[in-house]
Amino acid sequence: MQPILSRLAVQIAPSEITPREVFERRRDFLVMSAQIAIGTVLSPLSAVLASEKPLTGIKSPLSTPEKQTPLKDVMSYNNFYEFGTDKADPALHAHTLKTRPWTVSVEGLVKQPKTFAIDDIIKLAPLEERIYRLRCVEGWSMVIPWLGLPLATFLKKVEPLGSAKYVEFVSAADPKTMPGVNRSVIDWPYLEGLRLDEALHPLTLLALGLYGEVLPNQNGAPLRLVVPWKYGFKSGKSLVKIRLVEKQPQTAWMKANPREYGFYSNVNPEVDHPRWSQATERRIGEFLKRKTLPFNGYADQVAQLYAGMDLKINF
Amino acid sequence: MVWQIARNLGKRSIVLLKIALFACCLIPLLRLGWGAWNDALGANPIEFITRSLGRWALNFLLITLAVTPLRKLTGWNWLAQLRRMLGLYVFFYAVLHLGTYLWLDKFFDWQEIAKDVLKRPFITIGMSAFALLLPLALTSTRDMVRRLGGKRWQRLHRLVYVIAICAVVHYWWLVKLDVSLPAIYSVVLCILIGFRLLWPVNNRPTETSGNFKAAQE
Repeated sequence: MQPILSRLAVQIAPSEITPREVFERRRDFLVMSAQIAIGTVLSPLSAVLASEKPLTGIKSPLSTPEKQTPLKDVMSYNNFYEFGTDKADPALHAHTLKTRPWTVSVEGLVKQPKTFAIDDIIKLAPLEERIYRLRCVEGWSMVIPWLGLPLATFLKKVEPLGSAKYVEFVSAADPKTMPGVNRSVIDWPYLEGLRLDEALHPLTLLALGLYGEVLPNQNGAPLRLVVPWKYGFKSGKSLVKIRLVEKQPQTAWMKANPREYGFYSNVNPEVDHPRWSQATERRIGEFLKRKTLPFNGYADQVAQLYAGMDLKINF
Repeated sequence: MVWQIARNLGKRSIVLLKIALFACCLIPLLRLGWGAWNDALGANPIEFITRSLGRWALNFLLITLAVTPLRKLTGWNWLAQLRRMLGLYVFFYAVLHLGTYLWLDKFFDWQEIAKDVLKRPFITIGMSAFALLLPLALTSTRDMVRRLGGKRWQRLHRLVYVIAICAVVHYWWLVKLDVSLPAIYSVVLCILIGFRLLWPVNNRPTETSGNFKAAQE
């Protein structure tokens, strides 16, 4: 085990990342020491961290070459309020989620409304591996190798009508398997939305896996959205419904606090959260903070979507 | 009876008790050090450390404020002799909490820090709490109590209630959405302040004879 300062300060080349098998062996000790140190029972964590089914995808030119965030951090530091509001909660509680059978219904303004079984979505198109930056509205970031298919590919199967202008994403809200849903911190189910052109943008991904495996439950299994130029909360997890609509949909966070969370929520170092600055971020695993980039570094690809818009008003 | 023994502790017992308490109050810090060394503080150890230190500053503040009600309820007057140490531990954890913000969050970028203090209400109020805590820590020595005089010293140290309110509000305002923990702290603080409002004034240690000396120790 390394001391925190050396762990954070040293830049490690991707080739030096601990192989998964080695990492798994240290897991038992890690969990044990965490239990002693934090004084909480983390035993379900080891079960959830256990290896799932492998999943592969073609490497994508849209991937970033940046150092990837270690899997254990990706799996143990999550905002997924359906399993509790603490970032350690999802890893502790998400094992109750049943991801098979699972269906996603696509409805609204489409020519072919359809309910897809999750295993059919996996076979819909060749999966791609997309290594994206993820920037949370709270001021931290990760680099995650997702596996999935472009949302555009998926939406083309249902043929959106010309009247469809927005896409609404509905997450699962099952109080039996998602303990956090029993508390009304958010108006369940979790809702998110994109403008249709954002949804059809080639960067927008429907993710089914990460790090070469199917999605861990705490990361939004079995199917989630990944919109890398927006704050993380825009990427709905454990999706059950996708609705194409004419009017801008209400989102869970806009309902919870309209002053702090807008519909667009593009990563923008110049537009602060009313309570904290968005100018910098802490990349998980790093000691120093980084400057946050406009559109999370994807400005070249997406800035034109917002040409002429005042992003301070449309935050 | 144990209760009776606990009422009248000897000098020696109190010294031992103080040593034990001193060590116990360091446990939250040692736990963080151990966790940091063993990489057991989760994916964002700096955030964990900052939050934990802040929580403990607040915990110690409420524990300090619980001393007087507890003393009155139990009649264990020696409890007052532990109050200064507990109060100084509030300051100790508050300094470390502020330190992590200044260093690990802002890396001593004073311009950014000044902007933060002016622009962000939760930082403004947290910083105010610390600014008010400073004179209390500085006047905690026996010599300072003497120099200020009991009455003035006590009036100054009533700032602790303002500090406690600021600290809880600081916590409340920084939470993203789920305010259940700050709400619990608020309830505890209300009980502690309520106790003082309801307890007759003439029962305060200042007015009664022997207790005031104990209160300053």
